[in-house]
Amino acid sequence: MRDIRSDFPVLSRKVNGKDLIYLDSGATSQKPLQVIEAVAHFYREANANVHRGLYSLSVEATELYEDARRAVAGLIGADPQEVIFTRGTTESLNLLAYSLGEARVGRGDEILATVMEHHANLVPWQELARRKGARLIAAGITPEGELDLDDLKRKLSPRTKIVAVTHVSNVLGTVNPIPEIAELAHRVGAVLVVDAAQSVPHMPVRVGELGCDFLAFSGHKMLGPTGIGVLWGRRELLEEMPPFLTGGEMIREVWIDRATWNDLPYKFEAGTPPIAQAVGLKAAVDYLRELGLEEICRHEGGLVARALEGLLSRDYVEIYGPRDPSKRSGLIAFNLKGIHPHDVATLLDEEGIAIRAGHHCAQPLHRELGISASCRVSFYLYNTEDEVDAFLMALDRVWGVLGR
Amino acid sequence: MSPYEDLIIDHWRNPRNKGTLPDPDADVTEANVPCGDVVRLQLKVRDGVVEDVRFDGRGCAISMASASLLTEMIKGRGLEELESMKPEEVVEALGGVIKPRLNCALLPYRALRKALDALRGEGSGANPPRRS
Ligand SMILES: Cc1ncc(COP(=O)(O)O)c(C=O)c1O
Repeated sequence: MRDIRSDFPVLSRKVNGKDLIYLDSGATSQKPLQVIEAVAHFYREANANVHRGLYSLSVEATELYEDARRAVAGLIGADPQEVIFTRGTTESLNLLAYSLGEARVGRGDEILATVMEHHANLVPWQELARRKGARLIAAGITPEGELDLDDLKRKLSPRTKIVAVTHVSNVLGTVNPIPEIAELAHRVGAVLVVDAAQSVPHMPVRVGELGCDFLAFSGHKMLGPTGIGVLWGRRELLEEMPPFLTGGEMIREVWIDRATWNDLPYKFEAGTPPIAQAVGLKAAVDYLRELGLEEICRHEGGLVARALEGLLSRDYVEIYGPRDPSKRSGLIAFNLKGIHPHDVATLLDEEGIAIRAGHHCAQPLHRELGISASCRVSFYLYNTEDEVDAFLMALDRVWGVLGR
Repeated sequence: MSPYEDLIIDHWRNPRNKGTLPDPDADVTEANVPCGDVVRLQLKVRDGVVEDVRFDGRGCAISMASASLLTEMIKGRGLEELESMKPEEVVEALGGVIKPRLNCALLPYRALRKALDALRGEGSGANPPRRS
């Protein structure tokens, strides 16, 4: 891969007097100059509200906003009319829990999730189940940390109305077999919702190949700005669903006591959307596509294999998720025996190494693993083998200080 | 690696007053739920003075070292004096704590507040409060 590190200004800063080694892209990615400049340029040259003004500036802003929608659609192989901008994965999933839930779920119905879900793909469904008198159940994992497909099959039934599964686990790194799950879900007449927050930034994702009905992801984890995310959905389903938020932009005609809805995708975009963020997201998508997601995936695969080998060779380390790097995406959760993850993160921070420590918004999974928290390193296109090695060496020093 | 003063490492490796008391006057547990840190603190009180103290629990080095250190700080001190003990005293005794870890450092202190409440008859200590 060409030298891209110079595109990311923050990577050249020091932390605690050391070169920053950023290993928390799973939480949020860093931003390249191309994205930073695109946002700044929009505010400097083209700022106006969209779909409202008849003047040139607003027409231009609208054009840029819709360009972004087309870019995102192109990235995932979708029709732009089926691409809805939201505030992030969390909002996309909440939109579904309210709107799809309203259209499809009733008393006695079931929603099937998995124990490896991020809270964002669990709590909205819990609340939906509570509101509707439905039941939320979850498929388990195998001892290897993969989705237990047999368990998932057992828990599917004609009562299942929605299946909600993450594409890539943000803790285990496991890549779930979405096409297979889609077939299973559709066989019982359920709709498949996929949380793609950890997949779209890191690997080629085409909605046609996945076979799912909805896909949710966040701009800020894929080099884009915070405050923008995406919900893709099948047109027939989006047409059938009631709006989530109501107000400006999403309506066609309004009377004092009622209103009619705008066409897709605007029906689901109430109020002034994140315009500058969309412009930034387009720059991010262009950047990712120029490098190529296959290439990014291959690069991260190399880093994960190296880190995994290093971690597995240290007997004071316990890792979670598949041991076979070919079954994982670019992140690894682990613990140092008898040491709290917060201590590991604090000591690594002292060396300029940023990792995540905690439950990573996946408490049920941590409970399943029998731990209260874990450390997590997550890689992206700008990380290097030298950084992986520096991290492993620093881990030895942490063990030297706190191990016993 | 400086955020962990030698003092913290020492208390982490060699915790003082760790274990349980047979007949405590206060027996409280305090937890930082999101990170899974748990501290159990037991006090034996005579004539308004902390005669003996034990802690138990699990968690990060900072919370465990802080618990160990706190037991040393309160043993032999009067309850009235402890009532006015400020959290800063604990942080200072630890040699300072970085901001994101203050919550860990103060978990044992919160357990102490809870124990004092229990001894005053507010909140729930394991045994009914006894004052001598
Ligand atoms: C798998 C997964 N789902 C959902 C989310 C929530 O994303 P956001 O906070 O951007 O809404 C995240 C990231 O935090 C994630 O990793």
